[in-house]
This record gives sequence, structure tokens and C-alpha cells, in this order.
Amino acid sequence: MADGDMTIGKPISRIDGSKKVAGRALYAAEYDAPGLLHAAVVSSRIAKGKITAIDAIEALALPGVIAVLTHENRPRVAAFRYAYKDTVGPPGGPFKPLHDGKIRFADQPVAVVVGETLEAARDGAALVRITYEEEAFETDLDAAKAASFRPRLPRLGVKPAPKPRGDFDAAFAAAPIKIAAAYETAAQHHNAMELFATTVVWEGEDKITVYDKTQGSQNVQLYLKQALGFKLKNVRVVNAFVGGAFGSGLRPAHSAFLATLAAKHLKRSVRLVLTRAQMFSITYRADTRQEIALACDAEGRLLAVRHACVAATSRNEDQQETIVNWAGLAYACDNAAFDYQLARVDTPTPGDMRAPGAAVGVHVLECAMDELAYAAGIDPLDLRLRNWVEHDQNDDLPLTSKAQKACYAQAAERFGWSERSFGPRTMRDGHELIGWGVAGGVWDAFVAPVPTRARVTWRRDGRLEVAAAASDIGTGTYTILAQIAAEAFGVSVERVEVRLGDSTLPFNPVEGGSWMAASTGAAVAKACDKLKAALVKTARKQFKLRGKSALSVARGAVIGEALPGGAVSLNEILAAVGQDIAATGTNLPDLAGQRKHSSYVHSAVFAEVRVDEELGVIRVKRIVSAIAAGRILNPKTAGSQIIGGMVMGIGQALHEEAQTDHRFGKVMNHSFQDYHVPANADVGDIEVIFVQEHDPDVSSLGVKGVGEIGLVGVAPAIANAVFHATGKRIRSTPITIDKLLD
Amino acid sequence: MNRFSYIRAETLDEALSAIALPGSALLAGGTNLVDLMKYDVAKPARLVDISRLPLRGIEALDDGGLRLGALAPNADTAYDARVQERAPLLASAILAGASAQLRNVATTGGNLLQRTRCAYFYDPCTPCNKREPGSGCPAIGGVNRMHAILGASEACIAVHPSDMCVALAALDARVNVQGPGGVRVIPIADFHRLPGEQPQIDSTLLAGEIITSVDVPADPFGPHHSYLKLRDRLSYAFALVSVAAALRLEDGIIAQARVALGGVAHKPWRDQEAEALLVGLPPGREAFDQAARAILAPAVGHGGNDFKIELARRAVVRALSQAAAGAPQSQSDKRVR
Amino acid sequence: MSEDPSAMPLQLTVNGEVRDLRAAPWVTLLDLLRETLQLTGSKKGCDHGQCGACTVLVDGRRVNSCLILALTRDGSEVTTIEGLAKDGALHPLQQAFIEHDALQCGYCTPGQICSAAGLLSEGQARCREEVRELMSGNLCRCGAYTHIVEAIETVRLSGAEAAA
Repeated sequence: MADGDMTIGKPISRIDGSKKVAGRALYAAEYDAPGLLHAAVVSSRIAKGKITAIDAIEALALPGVIAVLTHENRPRVAAFRYAYKDTVGPPGGPFKPLHDGKIRFADQPVAVVVGETLEAARDGAALVRITYEEEAFETDLDAAKAASFRPRLPRLGVKPAPKPRGDFDAAFAAAPIKIAAAYETAAQHHNAMELFATTVVWEGEDKITVYDKTQGSQNVQLYLKQALGFKLKNVRVVNAFVGGAFGSGLRPAHSAFLATLAAKHLKRSVRLVLTRAQMFSITYRADTRQEIALACDAEGRLLAVRHACVAATSRNEDQQETIVNWAGLAYACDNAAFDYQLARVDTPTPGDMRAPGAAVGVHVLECAMDELAYAAGIDPLDLRLRNWVEHDQNDDLPLTSKAQKACYAQAAERFGWSERSFGPRTMRDGHELIGWGVAGGVWDAFVAPVPTRARVTWRRDGRLEVAAAASDIGTGTYTILAQIAAEAFGVSVERVEVRLGDSTLPFNPVEGGSWMAASTGAAVAKACDKLKAALVKTARKQFKLRGKSALSVARGAVIGEALPGGAVSLNEILAAVGQDIAATGTNLPDLAGQRKHSSYVHSAVFAEVRVDEELGVIRVKRIVSAIAAGRILNPKTAGSQIIGGMVMGIGQALHEEAQTDHRFGKVMNHSFQDYHVPANADVGDIEVIFVQEHDPDVSSLGVKGVGEIGLVGVAPAIANAVFHATGKRIRSTPITIDKLLD
Repeated sequence: MNRFSYIRAETLDEALSAIALPGSALLAGGTNLVDLMKYDVAKPARLVDISRLPLRGIEALDDGGLRLGALAPNADTAYDARVQERAPLLASAILAGASAQLRNVATTGGNLLQRTRCAYFYDPCTPCNKREPGSGCPAIGGVNRMHAILGASEACIAVHPSDMCVALAALDARVNVQGPGGVRVIPIADFHRLPGEQPQIDSTLLAGEIITSVDVPADPFGPHHSYLKLRDRLSYAFALVSVAAALRLEDGIIAQARVALGGVAHKPWRDQEAEALLVGLPPGREAFDQAARAILAPAVGHGGNDFKIELARRAVVRALSQAAAGAPQSQSDKRVR
Repeated sequence: MSEDPSAMPLQLTVNGEVRDLRAAPWVTLLDLLRETLQLTGSKKGCDHGQCGACTVLVDGRRVNSCLILALTRDGSEVTTIEGLAKDGALHPLQQAFIEHDALQCGYCTPGQICSAAGLLSEGQARCREEVRELMSGNLCRCGAYTHIVEAIETVRLSGAEAAA
């Protein structure tokens, strides 16, 4: 691509791609250090109780094992729960690793074995003998929900259940057409491909560099400082490449704490890698029990909506998600009631997983809309359009944009929805029943709730450097930030170097909620504006220009009639100055704007499934998803984000489920063998359409973010397609073969 | 992993004398054993690497059958032209299992000897009679979606996870073994055992014996076979239920029938009485359903796997229908024929 | 790091280079590559043969290096992702993965590409469905499957792998 071309909006290949395909991108466990030690975690055998004895003799006798750290012999760490708070955790007291002998959930870390080799640590961990005294516990949400409660303290950034409006009870009782149903969604695990890992490089004098699998380097930096008593400036956290996270790396993982604890204790560099099984005890998407009631008139106009949910949380923290609010937002309805409750189970604290809240809340809403469509005898797409609303009824605010009608229209056209026959079991091909389902999707268009910074430097080597402590967890952040900077200076993307994933770089919040493109992107744009102004000023000085002769920056040069030849390249200007020139930009959340309007990203999803009538084998033949997400910075990487969400949606619909044995309080399918995520063969044809949406109010770049929306609506579109194929309404996910056998 | 010694056997005799020492385990492809060692389920005192013994060959026998070397990688077997011609059911079953990478390494003998994938067996934090005899079977009353509906005992409801062995069972394969006492031949039906009171013992292979090859008799079924595998995702997953079906048709009448089931018992499940019900009947839904009901008549569910009884019944009918039509199930086109 | 007294000698040809090494019996090929040889392109995603991230080519065949004890492959040729590029030029599969955006976080990518190289040399995949099935031993949680298949199909149909 030549200098001067427009780059924003172009399908540019990800700039970190060549490193990744060559195996040269380094992840947390792949940094070396002199004298590096290896650490492995010992997990609790019980779900609740206390440790009565620890016998590490055999472990310590294994050649190569040099230490076994437990709550009994660990170095001093922070005692108070406040020190373990991170920037995004929910209300409550965070889990404190190796703090005491109490066991709070199955597979809780109880010891760390440090060895000279990976094998010594791994195999030493199996030799630590721990005896326990068990206590009664509860991991079954169905039992725990008898003691459900409304969260007392709201979680920052998560909207509580909306206030009721109108009179749901009266409207529902009087309505001619109505449905009421109970739904269940299973606990899911993020299961990013990279194992949780931390390499702590001991730099001496209580100074460490921590290579960690996290979505927020500065979040981990702050956590390690507080919990382990380092000075902030002596902790540098690096997460330049992250092998997926999907929310599991929003909060600091106990692996980061334990690795750093071991390094501090031994004053040596330590690498700790969790096993896949141990990753099931970090966090998970809470299982839910939901109730929904919808009523409409003969024309399909919604008269009453009620959505209630009980979600699992831990004993120590109140994880909260936005689950029931969507029912009051997505469609026009004047009579609405909501309830959102939690129930405590003896597990780690559930956490955000891709499209938290909406993944399960919109799923139930959109399945229920399908139920209502069939109760009313109205085409499911038509029912949605008949209840169109462009106003946020929950908060009584206008929306900045909602191009979802275009999503429905374009995706329906591409899918061929008009060819669908209404009745269930009316389309088939041999043994297979064919089902076509539709669902709408919606997710917050967040801008980070805190100031977000970026630094842009024009370097003497002729390259433009963008730096921010943001994270690229596979999202394409490196690439879009390069595009924004390239466009600002009118240079090719190849001339831009992006540095991310380092706590020493300008402040960024954790990478989550699809806010990075809008927030960090805007900070980069602002930094570019400042840098351009600085460069123009430098040029004025250099060429002693006075007055108001117009100068601008384009194609890597300062341009103006007053300049020799009409343009001077930035490289020449810098050569004269003798140093790099940098500027920092800050994007502030538009708090005033947020009080004036609401912003959401929308989608329309159409799915075709084939269900073997006799055997219940479900195949997702194709999915078409149209997305309205404001300005799309890079349709190639954004398209991949959407596709990735859709594949996870297939998993949510058909595969993913933590299977807990409640007698042991333990997830038994804690492996890739038994916890199924979609494999290549499970994914049929997938098509993504980005519809035009101009929204200057949502964020300064007009960007809404695409990390979550791809997932929302996929599972209900599949579930609705299964209904259309089979006539069976499966109200629990995942929809597995057994649920389709008569 | 525990600490163990490692020796590489260069000849079968070396392997036989090495395995005679207590605590020794044979390592071939290792895809199951190394996995079990990593989970601290298998803790051999010494590993005898037999992967270089000259037992990799695949031979076409004069009687129309095949001899599969114990160390032939599964992929070599499945893609061997002679296997595809003489035992297409076997080739298909192998390709239904595991992944391309695993099939490149896993061997014939290792496949026969692979252990159950029961999550409790794999998790040393829970009891398991197969892992620690006498400790109990938590799969009973626990998470048992994948577990046995036929031939289980109160001590164990685990299933044998192989796909290949299901086809071998349907084809009446014979396992050639060599031990301190010389060679012997074990019919496949007798090779794996039901759990009974001793679920820790998977097979009738005796201590000190080594599988050298597997003979697959001449297959008289022509195109009338199918391997149908049903699972919780469309690839790279163990079977909920699988069926190897083969029919010999004479003048439109079933002259011989074979039905073996995978994922339902501690061994590939054959019911010869049920197969006999088919003989003399015209192939069709009625006959197939009758046989399927007979096969599943003794089935017992344990809660999470109750559905497998009905699923298995339907799968038997479908696999037999595919076999009768000469339309074997494709392992890449996931549409069930 | 002190030499493990249990270590035994083994010779591997890794990415064309003969390496005389020592390894204890309980060291897997994956850990040897990553920890001893610093070839961290081969990834650990499960350590149990359940995800495919560790896929490398041993004697030209794709295998899960996490389930292979290193000593058992004494004398073998091992090709990892670091060895696929020749003379500084990316392998056609690597190039196709970039062009088709067949990766996101990149963690499964080396395994996907090594697996795809094995797939092409096996010659058993003749259509998209077969590619999908025969690539199902490589999980991708970012969900790049459709792009992975497109990338592989581009290379397969161009016959470029023959030259590589």
C-alpha cells in the first residue's frame, strides 16, 4: 500500500500475522531468563473444608525440586482483602491464593512446587500429600437458588435490573396471546488455547518483569504491587501476545500471584504454567435459571414483558452481568418487569466471558420471541419488526443509532428467508429435517469508563510508533491502531510500528467489553493530532515561518506553500531537530453524552440447521450474520471477530457445558477431550455482513466495537432453527442429542 | 509423571524378556500411555519402548484376509489400499476415531489396549475401581453421559473407547500374541472383557504377553457395511454410540449379519443371537428394528446415559439400513446417510 | 541448569540441523523443543493430545508432540513451524494464513499450519469437507475455522505445496 492511501476501513491483513504464522510471537510462557526455575500448582482434592496436614517430604526428595510453597511457609503477603482488589472485579472479597488452610472450591491452588526443570516441578506436584477435613458444600445452582438474593452492591459498569414500567401483571393477564417459559443455560469455560502462564523475571532488588497471560498489564501490575508488596515502579507486566482470553484474563489470575510469590521467595526467575484442568478453577460463565413471559395482541404488538434470572456466584463475591435488561430494551413495550438475583455456590467466582450477560439473556429473550411468534402465528422476523423501537425504554434515552432493520433486511435477503415455510417440520431433505431460525443481537457500545491514553512518536528512523498499554488478545488491536495512525499521517501501514501489552506504556484499562477500538483508537487519533501540530510547529521554527501561512501534515511530510518545494518530509525535519518527536493523546469517556443518549451495537442472525429426524444429530449448515457496529476500521479483522463469536455461539448452542459432579463439587469434564468446543467439522458456512451505520455520537471515531456482538444471537438463532426443524422447543443449552430424542 | 527407567527393545525377544520384569509397561505409539502417565494414572517403573520392533507391516493374506502388524500406525492401516479393498469397514472405523495426528502415531496393538476415557478413571482425586480397586465407582450416580448401558457391573460402568476395535469385533478379527509360553491366538470377542468384579483388568492378554499382529478374515460383505458414530461434536470426540454393521445378502435375503456396538460397554459389544434373528429375512426396517431391540433388551441406564439405550437402538437400525443399501457412512460428510 | 543425571543421549535433526541432545525419559518432544531448544513456536494448549496446538512433523508426518517422549524419536527428523519458511520466504501455507486471516490470537496457528502441511503431504483431502474433517484435530477457540479451510484450500488447489 502506497503512502497517502486511505487505510481506515480497508481489509488490511493483521500486521502481527507474519510473526504469528512463523512461531515468532512470544506468549507468556515463552520468555527465557538466566537460571529460570519452573513452578507447578498443586490443586485441592476437595471442594470445601480445611487442610489438616501437608507432607512435602516426597516432593522435596524428587531430584530437581527445590521448594514447596504452601500457606504455612509462604513469605508474608497482604492480609486484607482490599489489597487483592483489581480494577474490574465485582463487589466482595477476592480469593487470596495460599492465604490460609481453608478450601473454598474444588481444585483451589494449595501449594506451589518449584523445580530446576519443568518436569521436576510437574512431577513434584503429584508427590505433595495433603490431608483435608471436609465440610458440607453446595455447587448445584438448582439447590442453591432456594436462597437466591438480589445483589446489594452493584458492580461498576454493570447495569442493575431496570425499574419496572407500566403494569406487567395486569397487561399479561389481559393479553390474548402469551407465553411463559423457564430456561436454563449451562456454565461455560473460556478455554482459550493458551494455558494460563506467568514468567517472572527477577531483576534483583525486589524488581520484576512479569510476562503474563492477561487482558490488562496494568491491572496485574497494580494487583501484584498491592498483594505482594512491591513498589509499583518495580513491577513491569508484559502481555505483548495473548493466546486468547475471552474474559478469563480480565482479572488477575491466581497463577500470576503464585509465580510472583515463588520468585519473591526464592529471589529467582520463575515460570508457572497451569494445566488445562486447573484452568477450570479460575473462573467461568455462570450458569443461569431464567424465566420469561411475553404477551402480545393479535397483530403481534408486545403488551407485556417479564424477564427474571438467577445466576450462580461464589461465596465471596457477587459477580453480576447484564442479563434481564435486554428484554426491556430490544422491543417496544410499555409494561415490563425484571428481576435479577444471585445464588451462592462453592466455586471460584464466575466471571465475564465473551458478551457477558447478553450471551445468555438475549438468548432467552430471542428464543421466547420465537415462541411468541408461533403462539401468534406470525413470522418470527416479522414479529421483531412489528415491535421496532429506537428509544432506550429502560433509561428513557434516545439511541445514537440502530441500523438493525438494515441488518435484518440484508441478512434475510442473503439467507433467503422469504423461501421459508412457517410451520415446524415442514422442510426436509431425506432423513434430515431442515430448520431456519432467526434472532436479533444487541450489546453495549462501550467506551472505556476511564481515561485511555496512547503515545505516538515520529522516529528519526522514519517510522511512526504507536504505544499504549492496551492488549491484543487476537482482536486485531495492533492492526487497527496502525491504520488509525497511518491514516492520520497519510503513510502506509508498513511504516507504523505498534507497541502494546506493556505496563510501562501509556495507561489503558483492561481489554474487554469491546471498548478498545473506540477508546484506544480515539486516544491514538488524538495523539496523532497533537503530534502533527508539534511537527508543524517544529517546521515553522526550522524554516522561520511567521504569520499564518497554512501548514499541514500529509504523506509523511509537512506541506505548505511557504515551505521549500511546498513540502518537507518529516524525516528531514527530525534530522534537523536531532531527536524523535512524540505526543500523547487521551480519550475521556463522554460522561455528559452518556446521560443524553444510549448506544448499542446490533445484529441479525439467520441460521440453518439440519437435524437427523431419528438420531437427533444436529449440523449447523450455514449462518448469516449482519452487524451494525458503526464505523468498521478493518473489515478483515473485524469480520474475523464476528466469525469467532459465531463459532463460540455454535459452542454455546450445541456443545459447551461444565458437567459438575455435585457430590465432589467438581467439574468432571475439565479437559478439551470432554469439554467440547466446536471443532473444524462442526462449523458450516459462515457469512458476515457489515451494514452501513454512521454514528458520530457513540465515540469520536464513530466506532462501536465488534468483540462481543458476533456471539449474541447465534445460539438463539440455532435453537429457533432446531424448533423449526423438529417442532421441539429445547429450553436448555447446550442442545445435545439426548434432548432431541423422544 | 513418576520416575521410571527407559529401555528400547530392538527385537521381540528383548521385549519379551524386558516386559517379564514387574512394573514394566510397553510403549508403542504412546498416545494413550503417555497421556495416562501425565495424569499420574499409569505409573510404570520402567518403560519398554517397542516402537522399533519390525511389527509395522500390513500383509494381504492368501485367504483374502489381512494381517495388521501390531505397530502399524492407524493412519497407515486406514489408508492402505488393501485394507480399503478387503476391510473397508475397518478403514472407515479407524477414520472415525481420534484425529489425523493421533492416527499417525497410535498403533494397532495400542488401540486394542487403550484404556477407558471415563473422567473418574482419569482423575486421581476421585475414587475409581479401575484405577484403585475397591475404592468405588463414582460414575454410578455421577456424570455418566458417556458410560455403559450394556454389560456393566456395580464395580464399573466404563466403556472401551475404541472405534477400530468395534470394526474388528464385527469382522471377527483374531489377535496374535506371543508370550513366555509361545504364541496364541485370541478371538477378538474374547480379547476384551467385561468389568465384573475386576474392572482393573481390561483384557485377557496375560502378563508378559505382547500383541504381534491382528488377523482380519476375508470380508464377504462387499459394499454392505457401515460404521456409524454418534457423538457430542461432529469430529474429534469419543462415541456416545457407534455401530459397525455388515450384511451378506444372497438373492435379496440376509445370509449373514454382523452388528458391533461401541461406546456402550466395557468392550465392543456383539450379540450373535440378535444377529441370527436377521438371517433369512429380507433387509428392511422391520427386521433391523427387531434385531436392534434384541441387542438393547438387556440395556440398563444410569441416569445421564439413559438416552443411549434409545439412541443405540436407532443407530443400529440406521447402520444396518446403510449397510443394506450399500451406502456406508462417510466420515467426512457429516450428514447421516 | 545442572545436567539431569537421568538424561540419556538422543540425536534429532530439527529443522534440518542435526542436534546431539540429552533428555530424561519423562521429557516430551514438545517440552524438549520449547524448553531446551527454545523453539517456542510449537504450543502447549492441553498437553494431552486433545487440541493439536503442539503439532509438528516427525519424519514428515504430523503428530502431537506433547504425547511423544523425546527419547523415543532418537534419530528422527523434526520440522517445527520455525522450519517451514525456506530462505526467509514464508511457506505458502503461512502466507495463505495471513492473507485469509486464518488466525486471531495466533496460539493455535503454528499447530494448524504444521497440521495443514501434513494434510497436504498425506494427500487424503480432496474437497472442503475432507479438509474440515482432517483438520479437526486442531482446535481454534478464536473460531477461525472457515478462514483456515480457505487458506488451506487456496494452497491445495494451487499445488503450491509441491514446490515448498
